[in-house]
Amino acid sequence: METQKGNTTSVMTEEAYEYVKITIAETGESFDCSTNESVLEGMRRLGKRGIPVGCRSGGCSVCKCQVVKGEYHQHRPMSTEYISKQELEENCVLTCCIKPKDNLEVKVIGKMHKNVCEK
Amino acid sequence: MAITGVLRPGHAQIRVLDLEEGVKFYRDVLGLVDMGRDSQGRHYFKAWDERDHHSVLIRQADKTGIDLFGFKVDSEATLEKFEKDLQAYGVTTKRIPAGEMMNTGERVQFTLNNGHAIELYADKKDVGNGLGYHNPKPWGPDAERGIAPTRLDHALLAGGDLDQALDIFVNVLGFYLVEEVVAPDGMKIAVWLSCSNKTHDIAFLRHAEDGKLHHVSFWLETWEKVLRAADIMSMNDVPVDIGPTRHGITRGATIYAWDRSGNRFETFSGGYPAYPDHAVITWPVEHLPEGLDYAQRKLHETFLTVFS
Repeated sequence: METQKGNTTSVMTEEAYEYVKITIAETGESFDCSTNESVLEGMRRLGKRGIPVGCRSGGCSVCKCQVVKGEYHQHRPMSTEYISKQELEENCVLTCCIKPKDNLEVKVIGKMHKNVCEK
Repeated sequence: MAITGVLRPGHAQIRVLDLEEGVKFYRDVLGLVDMGRDSQGRHYFKAWDERDHHSVLIRQADKTGIDLFGFKVDSEATLEKFEKDLQAYGVTTKRIPAGEMMNTGERVQFTLNNGHAIELYADKKDVGNGLGYHNPKPWGPDAERGIAPTRLDHALLAGGDLDQALDIFVNVLGFYLVEEVVAPDGMKIAVWLSCSNKTHDIAFLRHAEDGKLHHVSFWLETWEKVLRAADIMSMNDVPVDIGPTRHGITRGATIYAWDRSGNRFETFSGGYPAYPDHAVITWPVEHLPEGLDYAQRKLHETFLTVFS
């Protein structure tokens, strides 16, 4: 068996974490997410909707969002097929690859709104 | 000899975002046999019951997806014939020297209009399945390590020009159409093609973006082993897309899931023996939901939207 956890980091495996609120800008809906799991996994595990769920591993782009408020950190590589350097600078991310540091507000731009961040 | 020309899918080369993480996944979770790394940084694997040196290569890149999908043909003469036939068809081919890929002879590579690189080769080193060719045991330790599929089975490749891919595989490479999904206006949306007795050795999906990987599939012997694969996926936090369920199309029992970089793979069992004289099975597109997931009869949104 593999010992190192993959993208869907379990909240049971690490010690220091807290819960923060993730708000989806378009709908105003929110969910609680651990600072120790990806924004997408936090949403998915609670059965919440709003951000489209795909590969959950940084490869497919359907969960692409722009973080408009709050701090996060990237814990996994994202396929450059879908996220350019410039987009990263504009806080456009794959939500399966970021963990929140505090409350976040995100705008969904994957697939349906693919060109929002592209100049 | 019943199976001539193209024998079977021989290798898939997949891009991952982190090579070491990819190696752990393909070796320890999927349960392929580690066959080492070459000087280009490509890491090689085989399924335990395959006899040729490798069937899966992964390499680190900043974009996920598939580099190429290769088929083994029955002889060097056949390889030359296909090369000439492809050129006569109007396809540009190139020869890749023997040894460029570990333990593999010369390859003839061409690119389909849908953006996918396909290659043919006649020679790859027979390293055996570890059980020997005299009085062999039926299986060994590699058969129970991780998901442990017995072989690379097929791939589903997506891109715009499905018609050219279908034409080349049927009329140049000698495959036959087994099943299809068809729109009301007759346009083919997806096709399942065989060069053997399997329901598919390759499948194509019409999709707006070229060169996209839908999935690479691995064969398991029983539905029970598909359920065991589901347990192993969950035990290792592998994101699952669809299943365990049964496809209407090909009647295979299936799980779609993603590797650590978001390349979809399938663990698959069942189906039925296909023959070239069988009438094509057609799924009108309104029945794609049953074709995809016969148990749940629903069109999972990810099926037509998530690619790498």
